[in-house]
Amino acid sequence: MDLKGLRDTARKIRLLDLETVYNAGAGHIGGEMSAIDILTTLYFHTLNIKPEQPDYPLRDRFVLSKGHTACALYVTLATRGFIDQALLPSFLQPNSTLNGHPNRVKVPGVETNTGPLGHGLPVAVGMAKAAKLSTEDWRVFVLCGDGELQEGSNWEAAMAAAQFKLDNLTLIVDHNRLQQGARLEDTNSLAPIADKFAAFGWSTTEIDGHNIEDIANALDTKTVSKHQPTCVVANTSKGCGISFMQDRVEWHHKVPNKEQYEQARKELEGAAI
Amino acid sequence: MKQPPALHDCRDAFVSTLEKLAQSNNNIVAVCNDSVGSSKLAGFSDKFPERLINVGIAEQNMVGVGAGLANGGKIPFVCAASCFLTGRALEQIKADIAYSQTNVKLCGISAGMAYGELGPTHHSIEDFAWIRVLPGIVVIAPADPAETSAAVKFAANHPGPVFLRLSRVGVPDIFESTHRFEMGKAACVREGSDITIIANGTLTHRALDGAELLAQHGIEARVLNMATVSPIDSSAIINAAKNTGAILTCEEHSVHAGLGSAVAEIVVQNCPVPMKILGVPGIFAPTGSANFLLDEFGMSAEGINDAGRKLVDKKRV
Repeated sequence: MDLKGLRDTARKIRLLDLETVYNAGAGHIGGEMSAIDILTTLYFHTLNIKPEQPDYPLRDRFVLSKGHTACALYVTLATRGFIDQALLPSFLQPNSTLNGHPNRVKVPGVETNTGPLGHGLPVAVGMAKAAKLSTEDWRVFVLCGDGELQEGSNWEAAMAAAQFKLDNLTLIVDHNRLQQGARLEDTNSLAPIADKFAAFGWSTTEIDGHNIEDIANALDTKTVSKHQPTCVVANTSKGCGISFMQDRVEWHHKVPNKEQYEQARKELEGAAI
Repeated sequence: MKQPPALHDCRDAFVSTLEKLAQSNNNIVAVCNDSVGSSKLAGFSDKFPERLINVGIAEQNMVGVGAGLANGGKIPFVCAASCFLTGRALEQIKADIAYSQTNVKLCGISAGMAYGELGPTHHSIEDFAWIRVLPGIVVIAPADPAETSAAVKFAANHPGPVFLRLSRVGVPDIFESTHRFEMGKAACVREGSDITIIANGTLTHRALDGAELLAQHGIEARVLNMATVSPIDSSAIINAAKNTGAILTCEEHSVHAGLGSAVAEIVVQNCPVPMKILGVPGIFAPTGSANFLLDEFGMSAEGINDAGRKLVDKKRV
């Protein structure tokens, strides 16, 4: 898919995410909008995956560590053909397979159950180590929130990834600078994130997390530094694409009312790609 | 004079079986937290250096790494002192292992009060409680080397999460070397019809000794080795309640929410009979070896005999 196609797909995924959250009356729309360009690039450009065979053994693995943005993952998986798009209206409904955090047993394409923060990176380290042990060349990608890096388990995993020289592992930090209750800088700033990972032995890069070309380049195998895991700090904006949500802490899990929904739709539909 | 039986450290049976299995199955890997020595993995490391994944002192990462290895087709045996494995990484065990239904074998080494003198930080007398409430993890506490070996073989072949609770405290042989482990099945190691003693791990041989003393008082105790705490053998428990009318449980664990509680859950809902739960009585244990503490908490042969006699008296009232 070319860049224009990717941008158009990201817009469609944003619209579908907005609709799904609006209909469900719950979700984490701010962090979903901030992650969707990354998810789109992964699922429609970078990942070697087979929607018709989700457990294809040599597939690349993607772990959504910020599991509360599950809706964006479900919409992406539906758009890519892993699950039926007709399932999306069941998001959060009684007995739906699409609960508020992804479940690998219930949703094809989900690799590990997430929800509590700081779980994705350790699991991804295990996946990358498994590929190395089997001398296979599939890759592992993890998407973490920036606030999520306050969980210590991430740093245990960061040390192990460098020690094990896991150059088949890429961590993408969705650096939108907001966590649930406040701005990162007012809570536990973590800055400078890239320097911290560099000090832990990772190869690091910083990109515009809403520029599909930048994302695609940063995730390309060519950029991998031999014997080092890669950390891509993606500078993003929470609520990206919807003016009244953008960079606003309250949109972590607020749900738009009818009027806001209509306005958001209009903005996303009218955005240039 | 009768010679005391030889005592065995079940970690030896654990690692020798694991090494044998690893020889024929390349997917078996060991993961540990700087516990190569205490998990007795030096031999594994010599034979399969690439397949020993030591993450350092980082239990949350260790359990997550186990889940990831399983995703990549490996069969990880994640080994650490049970107190740290279960206590430090409980949320990882819940989300990454149980809820995700990953093919990971958690091996809680030196469980119970094996680190007796090191104090309650190093005791693991909460692990049955913490792990047995998680759906989908098989919880096993083997009683001797033969059962340990059989449980390791079972774990390697079982397609899902297993928690093996292992001790380093010496135990005598109870089972034949050909013993086969059956998940969720109690093994009757002594017949009797006056009372049933249910135990596992380091307590099974003590239960048998206690039963011998009871026999001297004319009380014939059935002894059930309940190696699998979850899923528990409810039919063996119901039969024991119906046939013997009293149940005494013994465990190297808190009296709260462990084996005794698991048995009581079945008894009270199906066939209420007098019960007594022996274990660590809801306190942080004082200093002492595991054997000293087990005696102290009423789980010597004499203590089990006393508790058994009182229970039988209660039954007769």
